[in-house]
Amino acid sequence: MRIELNVNGTLHEIEVEPRTTLLDCLRDLLDLKGAHAGCEHGVCGACTVLFDGEAVRSCLMFAAQAAGTPITTIEGVTPGPGELSPIQDAFCETHGTQCGYCTPAMILVAHALLADNPEPTREEIVEAISGNICRCTGYAQIVEAIALAAERMRGANRPRSLSK
Amino acid sequence: MKAASFEYSRAADIDEACAMLAADDSARVIAGGQTLVPMMVMRLARPTRLIDINRIAALSYIRNDGDGVAIGATTRQCVVERDALVAAQVPLLARAIPNIGHAATRARGTIGGSLANADPAAELPLIAITLDAVLSYRASGETAEIPAREFFIGPMITTLPAGGCLVGVRFPVWQGEKIGVGFHEVNARRSDFAFVSAAAQVELGADGKCKRIVIGVGAVTDFPMRLDSAEQQLMGTTLDAKAVDAALREALADIDALADLHASAEYRRRAAINLASRAVADAVSHAQGKKAQRNADAH
Repeated sequence: MRIELNVNGTLHEIEVEPRTTLLDCLRDLLDLKGAHAGCEHGVCGACTVLFDGEAVRSCLMFAAQAAGTPITTIEGVTPGPGELSPIQDAFCETHGTQCGYCTPAMILVAHALLADNPEPTREEIVEAISGNICRCTGYAQIVEAIALAAERMRGANRPRSLSK
Repeated sequence: MKAASFEYSRAADIDEACAMLAADDSARVIAGGQTLVPMMVMRLARPTRLIDINRIAALSYIRNDGDGVAIGATTRQCVVERDALVAAQVPLLARAIPNIGHAATRARGTIGGSLANADPAAELPLIAITLDAVLSYRASGETAEIPAREFFIGPMITTLPAGGCLVGVRFPVWQGEKIGVGFHEVNARRSDFAFVSAAAQVELGADGKCKRIVIGVGAVTDFPMRLDSAEQQLMGTTLDAKAVDAALREALADIDALADLHASAEYRRRAAINLASRAVADAVSHAQGKKAQRNADAH
């Protein structure tokens, strides 16, 4: 079947089988390899993308269902070529990436969290990433990265008089 | 981990979805898909056709309808989680929802999907049974209602007729000054399937005594159960810990508890008594105006 997908602000008209998951469609048809295939049945979280701004598992929906809804993958969060988003930057700085397999999903979950809650507590950060497995067990640095990104994003583009 | 081939249809309205279901015995309705898609990729489910009801706008709502809160079948769990009306009017539902899966599955998972799936360990069937919710469904061009206590009859088995599609659920709202809720569950990892879950809602009278109480436990039997005998015994009492414990022990003494690799029948019975008594204790403190406890069960 023919569908139109809106990924990272670009419209793609593609031919998919109904059984093609959004994950397989992103990776194999659109060549967006940042959404990672881990367990492929909704347990590991590696395939997380933003679907209308909400973090969802792209292995648990079919591409046909996603037609017409804005989707953001890790490739879509950078401000420009060669640049990093503040969250990506914080992950580098705190060594929040280990082998890197869970990283794109962790960053997208952090984006969804911080869009909603600019000042999360440690507990809220832990809750937000609780559905994402890091098999290197680098959780401490991931939590640190999200807290650092939150702090920087709160401070960005604000007059000093408003900062704490 | 790839699903077998199927046809995909998007239903424009509920009657079209029902007609598609009636036309093909092996067709399945897909709502959030957070259980159905894993079943399909593991090839435990091989529907010939998926009928997508996600875009039927009329199935997604939360509204106050007098003495209840009505929620549409395809309303996302995350929407209910953040809803102010639900938090104020159906606090037990608001309390339980964060325990369903993870934020990313609640962003897709629906209220109706979880109810229709009827997993014995799922939170929503437990809350529906505990609060005496009423489900409504559409079948053969007519809308019918069924109390939650008559809807769930076995593990993943409901009385929804073949060719029927859930349209919504209505949770009764308790009107009263001193109402409190409690919910506890135990699982191996946060947000995994519960080994045992328990929910309670109480209303205290001006004298501090129990005016009304409901208690339910999930994941212990084939479908969530209400502890009617304990509720009856505790009416009019001060709900002190000893009396609650005794009533729960008696109510759970003769049940045929589930047993599996993760938890034996004896463990489930014991944990059910403990979690239900914590849920009642939380509900009492909540009703007395003390700060609600965060779920701090051992994981």
